[in-house]
Amino acid sequence: MPVIVAENISKKYIIDHQRKSGSSGLRDVVSETVDKLFSRKEAQDDFSEKEEFWALKDINFSIDQGDRIGIVGHNGAGKSTLLKILSRITEPSTGQIKIEGRIASLLEVGTGFHPELTGRENIFLNGAILGMAKSEIRESFDAIVDFAGVEKFLDTPVKRYSSGMYVRLGFAIAAHLNPEILIVDEVLAVGDTEFQKKCLGKMRDVSESGRTLIFVSHNLTAIQALCNKSFYFEKGRLIDQGETTHIVTNYLSKVSHKSLDKHWDTIESAPGNDQVRVKRFKLFPEYQDDLNHIDVRTPINFQFEFWNLVEGANLNLSMHLYTFTGECIFNVGTQSESFPKGLVTGTCELPGNFLNDGSYVVSMMIVKDTSTVLYNMEEALVFDIEDYRENVTWYGKWPGYIRPQLNFSIRQTEHVVND
Amino acid sequence: MAAQHTTTIKAGGSEKDYWKDLWLHRQLLWILSKRDISVRYKQTLLGVAWSVLRPFMTMTVMVFVFSYVAKIDSDPGVPYPLMVLSGLTIWTFFSNTFQQISNSILLNSNLVSKVYFPRLLMPLSSIAVGFVDFLIALGIFIVLTPFFDYTISWQIIYIPFFVLLTFITSMGFGLFFAVLNVRFRDIGQLIPFLIQVGMYVLPVAYPSSLVKDTWFEKYYNLNPLVGIIGGFRWCLLGEKSYFNPQSLYSTVIISFSILILSLIYFRRKENTFVDHI
Repeated sequence: MPVIVAENISKKYIIDHQRKSGSSGLRDVVSETVDKLFSRKEAQDDFSEKEEFWALKDINFSIDQGDRIGIVGHNGAGKSTLLKILSRITEPSTGQIKIEGRIASLLEVGTGFHPELTGRENIFLNGAILGMAKSEIRESFDAIVDFAGVEKFLDTPVKRYSSGMYVRLGFAIAAHLNPEILIVDEVLAVGDTEFQKKCLGKMRDVSESGRTLIFVSHNLTAIQALCNKSFYFEKGRLIDQGETTHIVTNYLSKVSHKSLDKHWDTIESAPGNDQVRVKRFKLFPEYQDDLNHIDVRTPINFQFEFWNLVEGANLNLSMHLYTFTGECIFNVGTQSESFPKGLVTGTCELPGNFLNDGSYVVSMMIVKDTSTVLYNMEEALVFDIEDYRENVTWYGKWPGYIRPQLNFSIRQTEHVVND
Repeated sequence: MAAQHTTTIKAGGSEKDYWKDLWLHRQLLWILSKRDISVRYKQTLLGVAWSVLRPFMTMTVMVFVFSYVAKIDSDPGVPYPLMVLSGLTIWTFFSNTFQQISNSILLNSNLVSKVYFPRLLMPLSSIAVGFVDFLIALGIFIVLTPFFDYTISWQIIYIPFFVLLTFITSMGFGLFFAVLNVRFRDIGQLIPFLIQVGMYVLPVAYPSSLVKDTWFEKYYNLNPLVGIIGGFRWCLLGEKSYFNPQSLYSTVIISFSILILSLIYFRRKENTFVDHI
């Protein structure tokens, strides 16, 4: 029996290129209206500054009771927007969703915690915000405290809590929600490993008790462990749905389309804005014998070229490297420097014997005055590192994200005297 | 499982069970109100004493300025300080509530962007603090009255009616500004100014009898707050205080109409607050 049926869901945002902050001043609107009243041409110019952006487009799906749905897709694919609509935080621009049963969503841990209130008071506050009745909270109070492990600090204001305690308390409350449908967004990304395991366990309990779960995560392992079905979103569209194993394989194969070199010949066609435009971003292995072959020993060079369109801009580059499942391995940045107009090239060398075998994703940011992100080229390059081993007879998957060669040795330090 | 509960989400339409939903969330309303009150004086030396001190100090200053410095006449037989005190009590209640309602959505933006509940809960819960302050100010008034050789009149039993009317009016104005405030932060700048102007335009520091028989009296009375302040004063000080009961009709009709219009506006916009915050 379907508990959620969505028909033709779309969500449109108007992006205003002129304005820097999210909220606009009254003055802007008044002057725009005046412009529109008095000048036809102005009005058209004004229109061109606004851009429609469809965060979701024509989404249809139905979810049965007891389904555990994983939602995968890149940043900006519309996953969060869908969750926001399902949680009724915002409404869709078109379409309709019918939901049978009580729904609770967990988009953040500890929503509405007030720093001045004690742990005890916040349990009741947060519980009520998440939709629990006072009696329900009272019933599970001890379990919540126990799960979070904050007995000693119940009467301390949460502003004195460590961030770990804060998160644990937040999740503990949410874990004791009893909705028929539970929506969870990436909350597993917080807390230590031990706690993450606890959370996953709790979510498995939820799903095993026949309730419906909708789970968004970049952590494909977690999705595979928890969800029986998955949705794959790309650029605001639901492009595939079905068994989780099938979707995850499909997702991986689509993305694992290696892209080692991206370049644009003209400024007009290049991605960017009126301050910077990207010309080229590529990576190549140091040993050029076989262009496509990169294994764990191979040093990799990154080369990033962009046009600086503003005289004397203070710029630096910041590069993120992610695993395929979305965990950030590192973020490195260059020094900030002042550049005249023209082409700027940044290079970075990644040593060999550093990353483990697997697929990796690189993003590059152009930053102004060390604080303002001018342009962020997300998931710009994707590459694979092949496995290579010497003198081993074990061929299982080498664990970890990095595989450094450290000064790690064994030797005999004492001769056993044996007579 | 619990009784089936169906929700329909669609463009432009808050679902039909809105008021039922609001009722189901009454515990949250209570908890949010309690939060605002209990958080108010955390980490202050004097703590709750502030809620007595603050209105008391404001009133002392006002009474001094208006009765000894400005020397405005009161209604015959009514001690001037009591007239100002009564006016200030209800005006402060209105202006605090109005300001808190107008800011309620923005102040709770962390909730708006992460969790659903009928958004009307935020303005509703934000009046709690103002109401507690009002009760304290009223208590101070009652305690002070004998010092001016005056007795509280029996009409005090009508006070709940005027309190309700004040609440309705502040919701009427506040909801409208709360919605605008989400979209245009200018409103936040405008509100303190409006309150300041209101204080002088309305019969807070002078009796409404001053306006009697002037050419603009009928327009003046159109402002629901004129009726509310006059009526509230009449409740506390009795017949000696000038109040024209006729003006009550227009006060009630106007404040209800404003509330209904604001509610419609609020309901239409509340599902997209998050897109502008």
